[in-house]
Amino acid sequence: MKKSFKNNQLVLSLVAVLASFLVAILVMMLTGLNPLHFFVALIRTFSGYDVLRGNFNPRYIGEFLQTSLPLILTGLSIGFAFRTGMFNIGAEGQVIMGSLGAVCVGILFDLPIFIHLPLAVLTAALFGALWAAIPGILKAKFGVHEVVVTIMLNYTALYLSAYVLKLLPGSDNQKTVDIASTALLRSDFLRSITSNSRLHWGFIVVILSILVFRFIIDKTTFGYELRAVGFNPSASEYAGIKVNSRIVYAMIISGAFAGLAGAMLSLGTFDYGRVMFHFENYGFDGISVALLGGNTGLGILLSGLLFGILKSSQTMMQSLGIPLEIVNIVSGLIILFVAMQYGIQALLSRFSKGKEREDGSV
Amino acid sequence: MEPIVELRGITKRFPGIIANDNIDLTLEKGEVLALLGENGAGKSTLMSVLFGFYHPDAGEIFVRGKKVDISNPNIAYDLGIGMVHQHFKLIENFTVTENIILGDEPRNWMMVDMKVARERVRELSETYNLNVDPDAKIESISVGMQQRVEILKVLYRDAEIIILDEPTAVLTPQEIEELMGILRNFVKEGKSVIMITHKLKEIMAIADRVSVLRQGKMVGTLKVSETSEEELAELMVGRKVSFEIDKEPAKPGEVALEIEDLWVKDARQLDAVRGLNLSIREGEILGLAGIDGNGQRELVEALTGLRDIDRGRVKLFGTEYQQIRSEERTDLGIGHIPEDRQKRGLILDFKLFENMLLEKYESEPYSKNGILQFPAIREKAQELVEVFDVRSGEGIDSFVRTMSGGNQQKAIVGREIDLSPRLMIASQPTRGLDVGAIEYIHSRLVELRDQGTAVLLVSFELDEIFNLSDRIAVIYQGRIVGIRNPHDTDEMELGLLMSGSKEIKDEEIIQE
Repeated sequence: MKKSFKNNQLVLSLVAVLASFLVAILVMMLTGLNPLHFFVALIRTFSGYDVLRGNFNPRYIGEFLQTSLPLILTGLSIGFAFRTGMFNIGAEGQVIMGSLGAVCVGILFDLPIFIHLPLAVLTAALFGALWAAIPGILKAKFGVHEVVVTIMLNYTALYLSAYVLKLLPGSDNQKTVDIASTALLRSDFLRSITSNSRLHWGFIVVILSILVFRFIIDKTTFGYELRAVGFNPSASEYAGIKVNSRIVYAMIISGAFAGLAGAMLSLGTFDYGRVMFHFENYGFDGISVALLGGNTGLGILLSGLLFGILKSSQTMMQSLGIPLEIVNIVSGLIILFVAMQYGIQALLSRFSKGKEREDGSV
Repeated sequence: MEPIVELRGITKRFPGIIANDNIDLTLEKGEVLALLGENGAGKSTLMSVLFGFYHPDAGEIFVRGKKVDISNPNIAYDLGIGMVHQHFKLIENFTVTENIILGDEPRNWMMVDMKVARERVRELSETYNLNVDPDAKIESISVGMQQRVEILKVLYRDAEIIILDEPTAVLTPQEIEELMGILRNFVKEGKSVIMITHKLKEIMAIADRVSVLRQGKMVGTLKVSETSEEELAELMVGRKVSFEIDKEPAKPGEVALEIEDLWVKDARQLDAVRGLNLSIREGEILGLAGIDGNGQRELVEALTGLRDIDRGRVKLFGTEYQQIRSEERTDLGIGHIPEDRQKRGLILDFKLFENMLLEKYESEPYSKNGILQFPAIREKAQELVEVFDVRSGEGIDSFVRTMSGGNQQKAIVGREIDLSPRLMIASQPTRGLDVGAIEYIHSRLVELRDQGTAVLLVSFELDEIFNLSDRIAVIYQGRIVGIRNPHDTDEMELGLLMSGSKEIKDEEIIQE
C-alpha cells in the first residue's frame, strides 16, 4: 500500500483536480454557461496565449506567478505545521503580522537597499514566527489546542495591524505612505519582460523557502524529530525527543513562512501598507495548497501554482461571462476530493491488480 | 449426525496473500472445537468469513445442513452464530444491560423496556452461572467480567454456535478456570463452540477436537484425546518447538535497580504505584506478575522517564534519581521494550531504517552537525535487521505499518539490545506474538541476562513469567505483595497473590 506512496500522492492530487474540473464543467453546462470559456481563461492565464484571438501577452504569466508566491509560502507554512502534527489555521494572522513588520521597516528606516530589503523581508519572517510562537507555547505549556488559539489570533492580528498601520506617519484610513524603494521587491527588469506585470524578486525568496523546507524536513535531525512528533508523539517521547519544545519550534518555522508571504504582499504586490478590516484568506488558501500538495515542498510548489492560476484567472473569466464563483467552486471541490482520498485510493486499488500488499489477518 | 456448521473449500485472498486456502472445517453439535494457528495463519479471517465480515472468494458454508450465504453479521446472528471478539466492543459508561441489548432493544411502544431487558440478562446470567450484575457500569467491572458481558451479548441474541476469539488473552488463571466452566455449561446446554487460540494448554483442557491452520492452509484436525501439546505445536509451527528455555541458573551480581517506597500517579492523578519496594540485580531476570491495571504500566513509565515520580527513592547503579527523564534513558543504560509497540515503540509511518535509530539519530556517525547521515543510518539498520532476523517486504525501506507484529517486535527488541543496556525493562515483550517469535525473543532476553544485564520482565502471561524469571515479584494495587522463587511456587499461589486474596506479612514484602 505504501510502496509507491509518493507517486500515489501525485496520482491522488491529479485525480482530485481532474474530478473537480469535471464537476465544474457539469455545473457550467447545467447553468447554461460555456465551459470552453472557462478553459480559454485558464490557458490564457498560465501561458499568456489567447486561444480565441491568437495573440500572446506575457503579462498574464507574470501576474499568475506573483499571485502564486504568497500562496506557495502559506502552503509551506501550513504544510510544515501539518508534518509536525499541528494544524496551523492561523497562517492568515501570521501573514498579516509579517506584512505589518515589513511595512514598518520599509517606512521607518532609511537604509541602503542591500541592508534595507533583507531587513524588511526578515522582519516579516520574524513577526510571523513570533505570532505563531504564541499558540505553540500555549499548546506546549498548557495543552491549549492550537486551532482555537490561532483562529482568535487571526482577528487580533487583523485589528492590531490596522491600528499600528494607522499610527505610522502619513497614513490615512486606507493605507500608509509608500514604502521606501530600497525596501521593495519590485523589479523593473521582471516587469519589462512580462509587459508590465507585478512580478517581483519575491520569487527568489519562495524558491529559497522551498529548499529550506525540504532541507529541514528531510535532511536534519531536527526535521526527523518534527516528523516523528507529527506521526506519533507517544513514540517520540519514548525515544527521548522533547516533544513540547519541538511543537514550539515547528510553529515558529511555520509562522516564518507565513510571515514571508506577508512580505510578498506588502513589499512586492503592493508598495504600501494596507489598513484592512477583513481577511484576504491567504491562510485558508494555504490550507488548500498544502493539502493538495501532500505537504511536500515540490507538491506545495505545484499546487500553489495551480491555485495561483485559478485565483488570477478570475477577472478574465468574468470578462468571458463566467462568474468568479466558478473558480471558488473548483477550489472547494479540489479540497473535497483530496479529503476523499481514502475513498479514491480504494477505488484506484480496485482497478490496479493485486500489486499492493495488505495484511491478511484481521 | 450431521455437523451443525460445515465449511467447504473456503478460499479468501487479500492483495498479495492467500489468507485462507481451500479450507474445510466441520463443527459438530455440542462440541468445543479449537482453532489453532500462529498469528497470520488465517484463523481470524476464517472466522470472519463464517461471521459475515468477509465474503469468501471460493467455497461454501453449510449451517445445519443447509447451504447459506452469510454476507453480513446480521445474517450470522439470524443463523444463530455469535462471536465474542478479542478486543471487547463495549461502551464504558453504559451499564451491563444497556451494552447487552444495544442494537436489539426490547421495546414498549417507543421506549426501551429496561425492566424486561434487565430480567432477561439476569436470567441468562443465572442459567450459565456468569455472575454478572446487570446494573453495573462497564468501567467499574473487571476485565474478566467484561468478557462475560460480551458472552452475554451473544447469548442474548440466542446464539447456538459461539465463536470465541482468543478469549483467555486478558484473563487471570482463576478467570480462565471460570471461563472453562462456562464453556462446559454451554456444551451441556447443547451449544457448540469454536475457540480461536494459540495456547496449547487450554486446548488440552477444554476442547474436544482441534483444527490446526498454518500459513492459510488446514494442516490437520485431531481429537484432543489422541494428541499432545508437542504434536500440536509442531503442526502449528511446522517444526519442533522447545517450550522450556534452556538456561543456566542466574549469576546475580551487583544491585542494578533499587526502588524504595515509590509512589506514582496515573493519568487520572490517582495513586497507581503505592509505596512499592523492589530491587533487581545484574544478571537476573525479575518477573513482575500481576493482573493488568495494578500499577505495572505506571511503574514502568516512571522508570523509563515517561511519567513523573511522585515520591520515593529510585537508585540506579548506585546513583539516586529524583526523576528519570526520557531523553536521558539510554544514557543511563536503560533499554525498554514498551508494552504497546505500535503506540510507543515504533513510528508506523516511518520506514524501518528510520525506526532502527530512534534513540541514536543524534549521535555520530548517524548525524553530523544536525544533518542526518543516511548512508551510516542505513548501514546500521541493515546490520540490525540481519542480526535480529527482522523480515519485511522491502527490507529496511518497508514502512513499519506494513510489517507483521512479530517482526515489528523483533525490530524493537533488536534496537534496544543494540543499546547494550545495563537494565532492560521489558513490558509484555511477546504479547500477541506467535510461538516462533516468542521463542526467539525469550532466548534473546536470557542471552542478555547472561551477559550481566538486569532484566525487569512485566507480563500478564504466567507461562512467560515462569519460563523466564529467576525471581518472581507479584504486584497488586501498586505494591509488591510477594516475591517467590519460580521453583517454589505455582500458578495457583501466584493467582491468589495477584488477586489480593492472600494476605502477606510485611516482613515478607521487604525480604528478597
